[in-house]
Amino acid sequence: MRDVIIIGAGVSGAFIARKLSRYQLDVALFERESDVGNVTSNANSAIVHSGYDPVPHTLKALLNVRGNAMFDEISDELDVHFSRCGSLTVAVTDEQLKMLDDLVIRSKENGVPVKLLSKEEVMAMEPHISKEVKGALLAPTAGVIDPFNLVVHCVENAVDNGVELHLSEPVVDIKDLGDHFLVKTSKGEYETKVVINAAGLYSDKIASMIEDIDWKLIPRKGEYFVLDHYDVGLVNHTIFPLPSAKGKGVLVSMTSSNNYIVGPSSEPIDDVEDFATDSYTLGEIRRQATELVPDIPFNQVIRVFSGIRPTSTRHDFIIEPAKSNKRFINVAGIESPGLVSSPAIAEYVFENYVSKLFNLVEKKNFNPRVKKYRRLCDMNEEERNRIIKEDPDFGKIICSCEKVSLGEIKELLTRSVPPTTVKGVKRRCRAGFGKCQGGFCSPMVTLILAKHYGVSPLDIKWDKESSNILVEEVKKL
Amino acid sequence: MIKRDLVIIGGGSAGMAAAIEAKKNGIDDILILEKDNVLGGILNQCIHNGFGLTEFKEELTGPEYLSRFADVVKEMGIEYKLDSLVLDVTENKVVTYSNANDGIVNIEAKAIVFATGCYERSAGAIQLSGDRCSGIITAGTAQKYLNIHGYLAGKRIVILGSGDIGLIMARRMTLEGAKVLCVSELMPYSNGLNRNIAQCLNDYNIPLYLSRSVLRVEGKSGRVEKVVLAAVDDKMKFIPGTEMEFECDTLLLSVGLIPYVSLLDKLHAEMSSTKGAKVNDQLMTSIPGVFACGNCLHVHDVVDFVTDEGREAGRGAANYIKGLSEKKRHITVKPGNGVGYVIPQYIETDLNNDITFKFRVRKPIKDVFVNFKSGDTLIQKVVKMVLIPSEMVMIKINKSKLENLPVDEIEVSLEERK
Repeated sequence: MRDVIIIGAGVSGAFIARKLSRYQLDVALFERESDVGNVTSNANSAIVHSGYDPVPHTLKALLNVRGNAMFDEISDELDVHFSRCGSLTVAVTDEQLKMLDDLVIRSKENGVPVKLLSKEEVMAMEPHISKEVKGALLAPTAGVIDPFNLVVHCVENAVDNGVELHLSEPVVDIKDLGDHFLVKTSKGEYETKVVINAAGLYSDKIASMIEDIDWKLIPRKGEYFVLDHYDVGLVNHTIFPLPSAKGKGVLVSMTSSNNYIVGPSSEPIDDVEDFATDSYTLGEIRRQATELVPDIPFNQVIRVFSGIRPTSTRHDFIIEPAKSNKRFINVAGIESPGLVSSPAIAEYVFENYVSKLFNLVEKKNFNPRVKKYRRLCDMNEEERNRIIKEDPDFGKIICSCEKVSLGEIKELLTRSVPPTTVKGVKRRCRAGFGKCQGGFCSPMVTLILAKHYGVSPLDIKWDKESSNILVEEVKKL
Repeated sequence: MIKRDLVIIGGGSAGMAAAIEAKKNGIDDILILEKDNVLGGILNQCIHNGFGLTEFKEELTGPEYLSRFADVVKEMGIEYKLDSLVLDVTENKVVTYSNANDGIVNIEAKAIVFATGCYERSAGAIQLSGDRCSGIITAGTAQKYLNIHGYLAGKRIVILGSGDIGLIMARRMTLEGAKVLCVSELMPYSNGLNRNIAQCLNDYNIPLYLSRSVLRVEGKSGRVEKVVLAAVDDKMKFIPGTEMEFECDTLLLSVGLIPYVSLLDKLHAEMSSTKGAKVNDQLMTSIPGVFACGNCLHVHDVVDFVTDEGREAGRGAANYIKGLSEKKRHITVKPGNGVGYVIPQYIETDLNNDITFKFRVRKPIKDVFVNFKSGDTLIQKVVKMVLIPSEMVMIKINKSKLENLPVDEIEVSLEERK
């Protein structure tokens, strides 16, 4: 019998797992995908929002602001690239300028430091912004983070502290047996005292396995452009339009890796597996984005993608026990600002629910830090030469666009949550993230994975089970 | 810091030719830095024939062609380092490279030749609509998997773009037992060489659909399942009702090659519409002592011309190192009516007896004059029967004709013959 089963290794499940790994609990984390943080946590704006925007006194407001304050420590402990670049919410009409005043009031209620800037101040900070700008709201605590490694390192840290991770193992049924549950997966059955449902786009289905629920998910797709490294300093902050009923609107931001991201759209969809992009929506994003930043170099686009928000009919985070059993805790409807809120969501789940279900004892050997990653991009020349002397593979560059070495890829494979797919390698170390999009390095990455796992390159996947890259070995001479 | 006369970045066709030519012109201290584990660059995976018709008057395979130059590099004792990627180049011509044996090394060069080749435009860059599944692969990557590693990347294939690598791969994958369903080209004309259309498509009954592109890719299972093509109008907008569906496992992309010059970009070298650097008659970029040639300058259709351009850059670099390339003028060469780009973009020295102007037309055109004008003065008029964008045009003009021009500008333009 396990103490806690967490369903879903997205950013919420990851932080909950890490929080629980501090205590003497038997915790298992189940994920239907072949990698952690592979769905909604993988495809979003990657913004650590300041929290000026959620309706005051909602869980979104509370947990966003609390989560934001935790990110300096988290990015340090989990060794994830994070930068508090600040955000600017930009007014381009007089009407919008008035709305900024309302946002100032809301920011105060939410406890978020902000400053109103004049047109001149905005232009000085952001030379590429539209000349139509009337003013802006600066939120200096906003930031950008590497969302991929945030989840990977968080789960790694949980695993290093004793959490058991099950990948590619969807939960298919749950039986409520009163004082415990029987969780059936694609691979087996597990008894557990507590279930935490952090299943993202599937959280409604999981919740419905034990009772009828009075909420549902109304998922919304958001499409994005990603631009290559562009050294002119297109924008220095995350640039938002005024928020509307549809969300925070189309933003233009640098990313933690010095790319630029433009998006998202916001369209309701029926099918939570529909990640297709379309030229009409992307054209609309482009139109809206250029209202704020007219000279975005769209000829530098290297990728378009979409993510799906698990918006709920309650329009707030749903973090509460099931009506029929307090040992089943739903963590659902975690749409934006879910990424920034996730560490605070984990605390909230712990303090309000889990801690009341167990007599908890802290582990003596809990370590909040992941073992430091050795990344060439973080090193100076002297450090690089030292590491290449120790391990020559760090001198052999595999991805020439992003300058990722063989040593870095091999090291990923030794970690507790190693990549098993080409996408998994890309997400972790950026091999294939550059202007050629893996054209040059993906064959090498495929072969490295095949060699490491002792399989044929035919068995190496891009991502999902059926996403093989190669189909046949040709006749040998 | 290590000092070198000439550092050549890239040991493919352009880089090897530049090195050999610089050596012949009296430069002994040369280092080629190659990121791959062999010399020859992309030719290593081009196992089809058709290389060397101009250079050797015979048809060679890619590996045969490159080995002729690699042999000369070795015979001449030109130093090269393999598995060595250049990480950075500064304005003061300090080249930083990385490899497993040497670590990170800085070299101060008197001159640098960029011969870094090109990369393939990706699905992301063309903002391909539809699912993000596996089975969407660029033609060159599929070529590498097949010809170097021995794996087929797909069995039922739709090809988007009629670039030469796509055409070559249509034939190559067909020969390995794959079924190529069609080639779809956005433009109303092919972007490949005529001989490749004939030998790689027509000979295998593979249809080529012009003015058609991918409306969407379907592949929710994780791998491409279907590609939907549709016709486009003259504004490149899809025409409803023209959809064609193909059940397939692969979408092969051959949608353009782009000079791979992020380091020149970072140096703020003056860039051209080719996405390569602007160069003068010595193939020197706007950064003194830094040269560019081959596919990183502009994408070529035939390797023989890459070799020739490499030699030009090698001579240019040798002249610069020897202090011969004094700038005596600054004539701007610009594309006029019907012309996409012209290389060189500037004429600054008087070292060459002839200057070869290389350019591409914007769209197929028949029966034209190519006019070289400076102001109102016609310098040269050349008749051409057929010009197409996929074939680079080269016209040589004698030095004497480029002296005493009325303005410091030459325009290359097309004029229809009545």
